[in-house]
Amino acid sequence: MATSASTVTTTETTIDPEQLKRSWLRPHTFLSGLLSGLTWLIALLACVPLFSLLYMLVVKGGSRLSLAVFTELPPAAFDTGGGFGNAIVGTGVMVGIAALLSVPIGILIAVYLSEFGKQTRIARVARFCIKTLTGMPSILAGVFAYAAVVLLTGGYSAPAGGVALSLLMLPTVVLTAEEALKMVPNAMREAAYGMGCTPTQVVLRVVLPTATAGTMTGVMLAIARASGETAPLLFTALFSDYWITQQGGFALMEPTASLAVLIYNYSGMPFENQVELAWAASLVLVILVMLTNAAGRLISLRQAGMRR
Amino acid sequence: MSDSTSDDVAAAPVARPPSTLERLSNRGFTGATRVLTWGVVVLAGYIVWEIGGHALPAIREYGVGFLTGTEWNPNRGEFGILPQIWGTVYSSLLALLMAGFVGLTIAIFLTQGFLPRSLETTFRYIVELLAAVPSVVYGLWGIHVVIPMLRPVADWLHAELSWIPFFSTTLSGPGMFPAALVLAIMILPTVAAVSQDALRAVPHKMKEAVYGIGATRWEAIVKVIVPAAATSIFGAMVLGLGRALGETMALAMLVGNSNQITLSLFSPANTLAAALALNFPEAGRIEAQALMYSAVVLLAITLIVNVIGAAIVTRAAKRLEA
Repeated sequence: MATSASTVTTTETTIDPEQLKRSWLRPHTFLSGLLSGLTWLIALLACVPLFSLLYMLVVKGGSRLSLAVFTELPPAAFDTGGGFGNAIVGTGVMVGIAALLSVPIGILIAVYLSEFGKQTRIARVARFCIKTLTGMPSILAGVFAYAAVVLLTGGYSAPAGGVALSLLMLPTVVLTAEEALKMVPNAMREAAYGMGCTPTQVVLRVVLPTATAGTMTGVMLAIARASGETAPLLFTALFSDYWITQQGGFALMEPTASLAVLIYNYSGMPFENQVELAWAASLVLVILVMLTNAAGRLISLRQAGMRR
Repeated sequence: MSDSTSDDVAAAPVARPPSTLERLSNRGFTGATRVLTWGVVVLAGYIVWEIGGHALPAIREYGVGFLTGTEWNPNRGEFGILPQIWGTVYSSLLALLMAGFVGLTIAIFLTQGFLPRSLETTFRYIVELLAAVPSVVYGLWGIHVVIPMLRPVADWLHAELSWIPFFSTTLSGPGMFPAALVLAIMILPTVAAVSQDALRAVPHKMKEAVYGIGATRWEAIVKVIVPAAATSIFGAMVLGLGRALGETMALAMLVGNSNQITLSLFSPANTLAAALALNFPEAGRIEAQALMYSAVVLLAITLIVNVIGAAIVTRAAKRLEA
């Protein structure tokens, strides 16, 4: 029966086996192949900027990198040498202030959003506000910190820069921490409640420790983003050619240097030395940002590996 | 291990009702989280109030004419931001045009089986790395790499095709096109990531059905998969636009700080965010108020675009789930 069926089809429609083969001459196949080729081309082209950028950073920045750039102060206009040690310290101090403000507050807000007040109206309104803050241009964080802190305290300062940066960190911390808290299995909460824990104890002893990895990832991503931000610091922390420790004490309420603003200030200067320093500072900044980023991702990857 | 816990339970009962102290601290803690959550809402309001409050004198003084004026002259007290609005929209749309095309192509490249799984992940990390580079570093790269590279091309285009409005000026240094190009590179990761999510959300059955009736890979992509994900992809573009509109440093360094309205790709221009960054530090009292007014305008534009983008993405995701 099988043989008779096959003979019927071959006699009536006469399919040539050659016709079923993939042939580049047929318009459909040709067009598909052409588009695939173009896609490969565009995808590879899209990598060019990144590699050009990294190449320039390594070549131009790497050649200027030495111990001196980490320990010396920025050079004057026609000087040679110099470094940006104070800018590295300044970035650290301001990102530190921003983290001190945004991380505890952000985690507590996430706790409310995911544990205590999940479906309440205030939670929904707050979530909307936080998502809106995510999309706020970073320069506006600077404008706000200028109006709220600089005008109030009467001068450019590290805390003003820190406040501006914390506004940009807060949404990332809240949203990632909320996701991490949501991932904690409900059975763990129920077990803790069953032992007679108060909601606070459940959160502090069970839920938050379990969600540490996810929360830390969010914190690291927020820190990475904040350390590269320039716009919020331009008119909150300004810049300074001096160390933050002056006359033995911390000069927190003075204008403060940062890597990002140093790069901005030096990028358009007509002096070779300053442009070289800008590249070196960029290399340091990019390495810092990428390491923080990678650390954040590693934490969550390791956690995922442990669950499996 | 289970032995030791059962011993502990036998020795002293672990489960007990909370003490008064625990009850009180619980009340304090939950209260504190609620207050902080309220705090975020208050903060959002405070940001608008603080910026708006400082802009109020300028809003009273210049009114709607501020949006249509074309002069920015602090010495004569004339302020208008139409060129900046134009520059913001023009640079963002140019960037979106480039990033949208390349981003969608990359999303297709990474979701439609062009690469083995492991390579897909590597490539995705490479694209995501673009998002990790601080915008001021893009600015530096733009000044020292992109502009010198573009200048011969731009000058040739101007020499040969100057009758086209896009090429009506030479590229003397900073300008619209280098700024938009760098901006496109910066928003590419956003557009590519959200488009990938969109393409991945297309039901597998749909793909199988198209391939089953003998469609080639590109017939399936162009006629079925991309249209099915079209709404989310559009949402991705709007979110990318939102990022581009508010981007500051790269534009401040590359766009040229010149208030003019022109179609030319190579002439210097200005954007709202870049003008804020460039003029604010040295602004006098009156100019600072005018700048606060333009900050309000920028806030309003980005807010509207972002809310629309987020709404499109969530609605499209819900529809695909249903």
